[in-house]
Parts: sequence; C-alpha cells; structure tokens
Amino acid sequence: MEPFTTHTGVGVPLRRSNVDTDQIIPAVYLKRVTRTGFEDGLFAAWRGDESFVLNKPEYAAGTVLVAGPDFGTGSSREHAVWALQNYGFKVVISPRFADIFRGNSGKAGLLAAQVDEKVVQRLWDHLEEHPGATVTVDLESRTVRAGEGPGAIEDSFDIDDYTRWRLLEGLDDIGITLGHEADIAAYEATRPSWKPATQHA
Amino acid sequence: MGKTLAEKVWDEHVVRSAPGEPDLLFIDLHLIHEVTSPQAFDGLRLAGRRVRRPDLTLATEDHNVPTVDWDKPIADPVSKTQVDTLRKNAAEFGVRLHPLGDVEQGIVHVVGPQLGLTQPGMTIVCGDSHTSTHGAFGAIAFGIGTSEVEHVLATQTLTQAKPRTMAVTVNGSLPEGVTAKDLVLTLIAHTGTGGGQGYIVEYRGQAIEELSMEGRMTVCNMSIEWGAKAGMIAPDQTTFDYIQGKPEAPTGADWDAAVEHWRSLRTDDDAEFDAEIVLDAAEMTPFVTWGTNPGQGVPLGATVPSPEDFDDETDKIATEKALEYMGLEAGTPMRDIKVDTVFVGSCTNGRIEDLRLAAEIIEGHTVAEGTRLLVVPGSVRVRLQAQEEGLDKIFIAAGAEWRGAGCSMCLGMNPDQLAPQERSASTSNRNFEGRQGKGGRTHLVSVPVAAATAVRGTLSSPADLVPALQEA
Ligand code: SF4
Repeated sequence: MEPFTTHTGVGVPLRRSNVDTDQIIPAVYLKRVTRTGFEDGLFAAWRGDESFVLNKPEYAAGTVLVAGPDFGTGSSREHAVWALQNYGFKVVISPRFADIFRGNSGKAGLLAAQVDEKVVQRLWDHLEEHPGATVTVDLESRTVRAGEGPGAIEDSFDIDDYTRWRLLEGLDDIGITLGHEADIAAYEATRPSWKPATQHA
Repeated sequence: MGKTLAEKVWDEHVVRSAPGEPDLLFIDLHLIHEVTSPQAFDGLRLAGRRVRRPDLTLATEDHNVPTVDWDKPIADPVSKTQVDTLRKNAAEFGVRLHPLGDVEQGIVHVVGPQLGLTQPGMTIVCGDSHTSTHGAFGAIAFGIGTSEVEHVLATQTLTQAKPRTMAVTVNGSLPEGVTAKDLVLTLIAHTGTGGGQGYIVEYRGQAIEELSMEGRMTVCNMSIEWGAKAGMIAPDQTTFDYIQGKPEAPTGADWDAAVEHWRSLRTDDDAEFDAEIVLDAAEMTPFVTWGTNPGQGVPLGATVPSPEDFDDETDKIATEKALEYMGLEAGTPMRDIKVDTVFVGSCTNGRIEDLRLAAEIIEGHTVAEGTRLLVVPGSVRVRLQAQEEGLDKIFIAAGAEWRGAGCSMCLGMNPDQLAPQERSASTSNRNFEGRQGKGGRTHLVSVPVAAATAVRGTLSSPADLVPALQEA
C-alpha cells in the first residue's frame, strides 16, 4: 500500500445520499478473479444515463468523490472499495459512512473523509460551478481545501487515529503483521517436527 | 483454574499478544479452493508478496467442478475461469494442488482428514464456512474471508480475538437408526441458528464419544449453522486410530510424540465454560427440516408446524414465509411430503461410512418412480473405495446416479441444481432459499432418511421400508 499524506485531484460531485454497495458495484460485476478491473461496474446503473456526472468529460479524471450522507451501506462486499480505487478514486468525502465500508476502505488504502454536511454542500456547489476543479485532501492536518480567494473552502475532516496512522504509513493488515515477522519466525522455530506438512523437503 | 480444550489449543498458537489487541495466531494448515482464493492470490501479486508457507497450504478443486463428464472442459465460463485461475496461482506460488482428475481431488473438508493432514491440536483455516468440520479431531478450525485468506497466505497467521467457550454435552446413547446428523439437527432446532454466536463449542458426553470420526465430522461440520465460530471434540483412541496410517500422519517416534501430546488435549476437570447446553441422546429420533434455515426442523414423525405454534412474532412471520417458499401446509405429516430429488453427498455426509449406510438401506430396492437419487462421493478416494466395495453397483441397480467427487448439489454452483419448486431431501447442511438452485426446496435429512426417502418417494426412515424380499 502506498503511504497517503496529501492528495490533490479533480473533485466529482455525486449529489446522492444512501449510496449502497449494490449501487457502487452491482452483483453481476463480481465474477472476476482479479482485484483489478472493477471500474467497469462502478455505478453501472447510473452510467447508462448520459447526464450522470462521471459521463461528463470534465469529471472523467476525478479522484476525489464528494457524496451525500450514508455512503457505502448494504452488503459488506470489498469489491465496492476496489471498484472506486480501480476507477482512480483516492478519496471519498461524505458526511457519514457505513461502518463496514469505512473499515474496508481503511484496509485497502482508500481515504474515507467524514466532513460536516455543510461542507459537502459547498463542495458540490463549487465543483458544479467549476467543473474539473480540484480538491486537496491533507491527511496530516486532516483538512480539505478547494477554490481560492474569498470563496475558498477549507475545513477539517474526521478520521480515526488508527486508520489515519495506517494510511500515513501505507500499512495494510499484512504489512502490520509482517512488522512482527521476528515473532512469527521465532514461533515457527519451536513447532514440533511431527506437525504435518503438505510438502516435504 | 484449569483450561478448556479450546483454550489449550489456542494458547499453543499465540505468536504475539498485547493488552487490548487481538492475538496473532499461527495457522498450522491453510486449505484453499477455487472460489475464495483468486483475489487473495491477486492481492499478493499486486503487493509483490509470496506465500510464506507453501508447505502448510493445500489446494483442491471442489465447489464448482462438474460431477459428470469431468474429463471434458468445464462448460460454465465463470467456473472454468475460477478453476483455471487456481491452477495458475498454485503453479506460480508453489502450492500443492489436487485438481480435477487427480486421485486426491475432492471436497476440501473431506480431503484434509483423509490425507491425515487434519490432526488434533492444530489451527486450520479455509475460505469456507464449513471448515469447522476439522474440529472433530480436536483442532480449532474455522472459515475465513478472502482478505484473511490473503493474510494467511502472506504471513501464516491471523489476527483474532479469543472467542468465548461453550460446552454441548450430549448424555446417553443415540437409539438405533439415529445418526450424528439427527443429533446436530436436533441441537440446532433447540438453540436456533444464532445460538452459538461468538463461541468455540466443545461437543462432549457419552453420545459424542460413541460416534465414529466421520459422525463427529458431521456434527462439527454443522457448528456454523447455529452460529458457532468453531466446533471441537477432544481427541481420543477413536481419533488416533483414524489418523494412524494415513498418508501424512506422523510415523515412528514422531507418532509416539504426537499421541503423547494429543492425549493432553482435554478440558481440565476444573475448567469453566462461558456457557453450557445439555441434551439427552436417548430421546433423539430421525430429524428433518421443514423450513428455510437449518434450525427449522422437527422429528420425522411430526407434522409441519403452523405459525400459530410460535409465541414470538418474528418466529411467526419467519414460519409463514418459510412455509410459503417451501410450498407446505401446516399440519401435514412430514412423512407425506413428496420429494423429487434425493441428494446424498457434501462435506456433511459424503464420506465412505455415509455411502455404506445408504447402500445398505437401498440394496434390493429401487428408487421410487418420479424421484431421482444423486449419490456424490465427497472425494475421489471415497468414490474409489465405494467402488471397491461394490457400493456403486448397488446404487446403479437401484436406479441412482453415481457421480464424480465434488460439492455438487450442496450449493448448486456446478450444473447439479434443483429446478424452481423442485423438492429435495438432502444430506447437506443448508436449506436456505435457492441454495440448491433458484426456487428449489430443500429438506435437510440424515443418510438413512435420504436413502429410505429415495425408495418411497416421500420423506421416510428405513423403518418405513417393506423388506425387499417380501416385496418380491
Ligand atoms: S460440500 Fe457444500 S458445504 Fe461443503 S464445502 Fe462444498 S459447498 Fe461448502
């Protein structure tokens, strides 16, 4: 996992609340055997509609998704996070995330930044007025920024300390465990010889 | 205070523990199959990681392999991709694989024990909820998700909070004709499907001690169906006798050392469980399900329950919905329910003893008109053993289909499925809506009930069969 410190990228205003994981990626797209390629199915039902935000060229290169409250509800599928990442998203901003989605995001390295609902409104307005405008998300200072001058948006976001630490260090679950590799090796050295093995030297 | 069996095995596998954090647990055996492993391997690849202990990892193809024409290419594209991907991954990461056509191929939970890889005191995981089967040997064995599969592949460990412990004590002896399957179905009907939530369960008592290893596996297999994290049975002479001589069992001095250690794997007399359930085996009878979860069961001699039989509002609604899905009328004697398909197989009841029992009951009879009987051995070894004993001939003579090894109609991921509204009596473990095919209706039963049902065409026990001789 790449460490995440700060990110600046095109913001995508998704004016919807209660976006569940079936909407993020419908079940029919789950048949692959890889961790990549799920961008095909991202918001599949909506992408048939020409006016859907991701179909507009200005937003096509989006990396920061700004969504309404209760993002990621529904089934616990990790594919929802993969689909967003495969598409190119690095950050999702929402006033409220479903717990499992938030957990899956942190594990996979997608930043789920929780902000005040008013901030989402202002970001939506700004991004619609200036299609293709960027949003900066600074994990060290826990701030989101967009725009310049008097109308500039700058506010803080919430993320728990543990997830923030993992993202800053770029540590996934396996990386954390491998940090204890000496313990694992020490344990392995004590295993009795009669324990079974599937392959023999 | 002493320790329970579960605590002993757990403590022996703690690699690292820190206050307020879950333990890091070493995994002795990691079993892999084609459905839940592809993305785990792909995750390793993306991160440039390797499999830490290929020598503690074993892969088989089981969930969606065909049980007829298994020498031809797999017709379903998704299944084929999953199987091909497993083969590619196993080769790339150096994992031992028993593919379709190999003599050790079969359902992952049948293959581990028959190879002698499943032994007392181990930690065993697999991306499959019925991994609890291996607990029959006194191992801690449980199912994990795909991201955990990746974690185990990369580190041979898992981060786990220590579960609570529960004892299920089954006193007395099972009456003649009542099996391990009836025992566990009775237990689940007693506790409900969530009764074991958060517990590692130890099954104990006279009835459990009297079970064969295969019967013990049937009981532990269904632990997950009442929500338990895992089920275990303390190893004893029955366990040791079963393991001795198996291909991967210890030999010579290693065997002696192993057995000496295994004998210590018993719950201490002064140990305390967090919860306890006591049942009486002598009161048990053949038990079958009428609904759409494994807890919705009654004795075979009973009738389909009515929503009114339940006090709890949620139970009333659940019963109503289940009866509608199952196409059943309250008050119908279970024995009057007509069945289209009988499935003998799965990791619950697809081992050699199960096939012997089915053949013994079916011998000299024929499958009822309008009913089909599918016999699917749990592994190629089971199939070969059955053929050596001539069981295949008995099944074929009775009009049954004698299939290749795999999960088959247990979950209908391969072409073995129920048609909408088709009704089955199945020796598998799940009767969820659509489990065996969209709209399919499943009654979970024991092997003797399955065999007798195939002969009569309605839910039956062997006692209902007119002796074959008299029929002639
Ligand atoms: S036989 Fe059924 S329950 Fe057992 S592993 Fe296969 S699909 Fe799962």
